[in-house]
Amino acid sequence: MPPPDVILASVLDGLLLGFVYGLAAMGLTLIWGVMEVINLAHGPVITLGMFGLFFLFQELGLHPYLALPLVVVGGLLLGLLIYGVAVHRVLDAPHLSTLLATFSVNMMIIGLGTAAFTTTPRNVDFSLGAVEIGPLRLLGTRVVAALAAVLFTLALYAFLYRTRTGKMVRAVANNRAAAELMGIPSTRILALSFGIGTLLATGAGGLIATLFPFNIFTGGVYELKSFVICVLGGLGNPTGALLGGIILGFIEGFIPPFLPVGWTPVIEFVLFVVILLIRPSGLLGAR
Amino acid sequence: MKRLKAPALWTILAAVAVAGIWPLLNRSATLREDMFLILMFVTLASSLNILLGYTGYVNFGHIVFFGLGGYIGFYLISQQGWHLIPAALAAALVTTLLAALMGGAVLRLRGAYFALATLGINEATRAFVTNFKPFGEATGLSLHFSRYQEYGGPASALWFTYALLVIVTLVTLLVSYLVKTSKFGLGLMAIREDEDAAMVLGIHAPRAKTIAFALSAFFPAIVGTLFFFKNGNIEPGDAFRLHMSIEGIVMIMLGGFGTVTGPVIGSAVYERLRGYLLTTPLFKDLQLFFAGMLLLIIILFVPSGFIGWLRERSARLREVLQ
Repeated sequence: MPPPDVILASVLDGLLLGFVYGLAAMGLTLIWGVMEVINLAHGPVITLGMFGLFFLFQELGLHPYLALPLVVVGGLLLGLLIYGVAVHRVLDAPHLSTLLATFSVNMMIIGLGTAAFTTTPRNVDFSLGAVEIGPLRLLGTRVVAALAAVLFTLALYAFLYRTRTGKMVRAVANNRAAAELMGIPSTRILALSFGIGTLLATGAGGLIATLFPFNIFTGGVYELKSFVICVLGGLGNPTGALLGGIILGFIEGFIPPFLPVGWTPVIEFVLFVVILLIRPSGLLGAR
Repeated sequence: MKRLKAPALWTILAAVAVAGIWPLLNRSATLREDMFLILMFVTLASSLNILLGYTGYVNFGHIVFFGLGGYIGFYLISQQGWHLIPAALAAALVTTLLAALMGGAVLRLRGAYFALATLGINEATRAFVTNFKPFGEATGLSLHFSRYQEYGGPASALWFTYALLVIVTLVTLLVSYLVKTSKFGLGLMAIREDEDAAMVLGIHAPRAKTIAFALSAFFPAIVGTLFFFKNGNIEPGDAFRLHMSIEGIVMIMLGGFGTVTGPVIGSAVYERLRGYLLTTPLFKDLQLFFAGMLLLIIILFVPSGFIGWLRERSARLREVLQ
């Protein structure tokens, strides 16, 4: 049995990361909730968020947290582009088509990214020091990342529940045909929802870039984590995504003191398959 | 057995056999390596097509059968001293059995949920094997050079493995054709079109789906053993590469979803195209980008693939092409 303060420190670290995982998963779950598309380009979009922040910081010398808003605006535009080129035409086709269409975007981004950025690891060299609370030591960047993830979530809810456009998004998610009959421009709303999904993904990517080194393939890891989280929290449920992220972060913090770190993904993915089998709507239920 | 006399079947089998035997006559090692990859993908795509094309269940984790079979076969050869053929068959049987057990549970999920679950199974298996002592954990297993002596030295071991692959590919295509033209295959296609209606018509859907899933696991497991035996080592990253799974789907889509010939043409074209892109300086770095663009164009504009497109063009072709 490891000492309790080691466990506590590890769990706290994991929990803070969990907020960022949750933010990444929220992008995926929003797109699923509105148009029943699993965005297989999710990982590369997260990676682009990382690279966006890296270049704004490294080349233009922008403060990372000032660069973040620019990154997410880029993410929104990227999402609109992906929706227009790859998703719109196959939206009503069988699932295989949307899965493969978004995967083709994945291949294109990774292909271009490998050619442009190579696969060398990058690192945003930035630190906020650490906060010491008794025996615990919290890294400043992690605390800010967790807070930023919460802010993004609040902003998403404010948009969905306090604005007219947000109401339209919810209407389209609820019943697209009925929403169209009410005069809602569904194509524009769908494109916007996809854009917000990628916005959240690039935001998460930008925050992760301030925490860990990364290369062009790193997003894939977070894409898989996002799938696990969505299944934990219920596909299509943004609050569920945040909670699922925190649960995953807790697992990742709690297991390493007890087992070799390699076993964490085994437990995560077994849990993922088991939850899918016994409760496909997620622990918290669908939206 | 009228369906065994169909010219479509014999044309495709003869074409693959000729292409497969060509390197054996030529004794060219480069040609053999090229054909090895193509035939390997033909087998992977055709076996996946039984579940994906006929039954309509999107399996993103098809490669798990290749990896798991490869590991079991490789373990039997390198650690237990088995011969290649019994090891490959044992690996295939164990993998098929595991698939049947898993299938019973996972196939209750439909649509995107099933696709996600298969993705999870592949990742869970990869993560497990990476920590599994008998399979060498993250570094994997390797074959001692002297093990090839049993087959008359490394060179003839490679030719022997290749010859086995040609046979496995032909058997896979035959099975794929027999499934498609049988009553069982009709049941699968009914499930693809509308599972609930198929059940109302008296098709035992859970059983049929599980059999299709298990059948699609058998051949990749053999191919996995052959491939890693040829390479002389196996590690988790190579065995459970998600990307390869999806490439298999791309090949099916390229050739024609749910047809026997489609995966063959799709695999050959995709492999050749990738070889061309990789060896042309202009495209080398952007190989993945062009492959992605090709996929997107097919999905958006020719969703039924090359063979499907031909079949839509004329009634005569619909009769002949399977």
